[in-house]
Amino acid sequence: MPAFDNRGLPPLPMFQPAPADDDAPCCGPRPSPPSSPDERPGYRLCPFVRRFIPTPAGPVPEVATRLGVSDWLGWLCVRLGIGRDRYRVAPGLYAVGSPGSESPVLVTANYKLSFDLLRRELGGLDAWLVVLETRGVNVWCAAGKKTFATAEVVRRVGLVRLAEVVSHRELILPQLGAPGVAGQALKAACGFSAVWGPVRARDLKGFLAAGRQATPEMRQVSFTLAERAVLIPVELSLILKPSLWVLVAVAVVSALEPHFSWPLFVRRALDLALAYGAGMVSGSVAVPLLLPWLPGRSFYLKGLLAGAVAGLGVALVRRSGLGDGLAMTLLALAVGSYAAMNFTGATPFTSPTGVEKEMRRGIPVQVLALLLAVGLWIGQAFWRIK
Amino acid sequence: MKDFRYLPGVSTLRLNEEACVGCGQCLQVCPHRVFARGPDRRAMVVDLDGCMECGACALNCPAQALSVSPGVGCAAYVIQRWLKGKDAVIECC
Repeated sequence: MPAFDNRGLPPLPMFQPAPADDDAPCCGPRPSPPSSPDERPGYRLCPFVRRFIPTPAGPVPEVATRLGVSDWLGWLCVRLGIGRDRYRVAPGLYAVGSPGSESPVLVTANYKLSFDLLRRELGGLDAWLVVLETRGVNVWCAAGKKTFATAEVVRRVGLVRLAEVVSHRELILPQLGAPGVAGQALKAACGFSAVWGPVRARDLKGFLAAGRQATPEMRQVSFTLAERAVLIPVELSLILKPSLWVLVAVAVVSALEPHFSWPLFVRRALDLALAYGAGMVSGSVAVPLLLPWLPGRSFYLKGLLAGAVAGLGVALVRRSGLGDGLAMTLLALAVGSYAAMNFTGATPFTSPTGVEKEMRRGIPVQVLALLLAVGLWIGQAFWRIK
Repeated sequence: MKDFRYLPGVSTLRLNEEACVGCGQCLQVCPHRVFARGPDRRAMVVDLDGCMECGACALNCPAQALSVSPGVGCAAYVIQRWLKGKDAVIECC
């Protein structure tokens, strides 16, 4: 093949080196730095990736163990219930530090909050992270839904060619993944044996330092005041949308008056809306916060009590009459009871059989209280004029 | 966690002590210290009411000595199951 001869012509522009930063034309502000060599057309480089480590199975992203501003903003958004069901990282193999073929392999879910919580606890460690496809759901819930599952571990370990990256054959799985992963089945299916890590990522360093031994505390879930408080905004965001319909209903039942007048309508609609809000807050804020101190074991009873107190409080502050006040209290306790019952799904200790049992008792009480409240509210409008 | 006790006498967890091989996997995966080792190193249920029926122990028992009807302890889920039937595909939480 003849060599290309450019016969003394200047090289084609595409072969010219890019101008250095300082030589760039002057107009406008200084241009942003050049693209990272790791960027690829059609892909976006995640801000938490520091570099790519070459491995026999291809380049593996090394991720930061300190969270950046965008990670904390993301945390804030999902804790407020914004974009929570699309908060994920790509499943696959990641690294922290400078892991080698002997380094431990940690398995996690592809909910970015789980991923962030894990890498944040790994500062100073060299480890591999296998992120499973759990559809953006955390480890425990994904295990319950069987997406954090034996088959997915086996599939992912094969896809990332883990056997070529590490020389050992051990996976450290989060203990809360156990409802979905049969540890004893892994060895036969993918050659890697399962070691159950601690419940909380923050115990991982201690667990590794102790030779993969977990203390009884590391094996037990907790539900501290802070752990409960952080769930409240999401609980509220879940009832925000149905609440719009409730407010429409509040307006309708408050408008049923024999002699309609705007000031009266506004006052009564506001009263009832406040009673509803009191029920919401008692079930979704007070019950989570006061959980160990509210009497009873059933959540519907805890919510009933909190809702009744809150509803009564609103009625007293608004100086509602006996009939209206009673209706408001009934509405608040029905709503509080229902919202508290829903909180069972966010706790780490309620059994489904128990939830179903309390629902069989709670829902009739809630429906009855709601019907009484509405009946009383409408009835009040007609009795009062007699 | 002992501050949080849910309804007593409801858990569907069952241990067949005869079948237990004493491997201790259930003690490892249980998040509520429901199990302890007996004098013969076999598992014993020491806190049945602490069980939240997550199903981790039954899935990880190599001897199938444990059974539990696992599920999602979530009211919205239970309502949908009541309405749509036990085998319905349920989208929730």
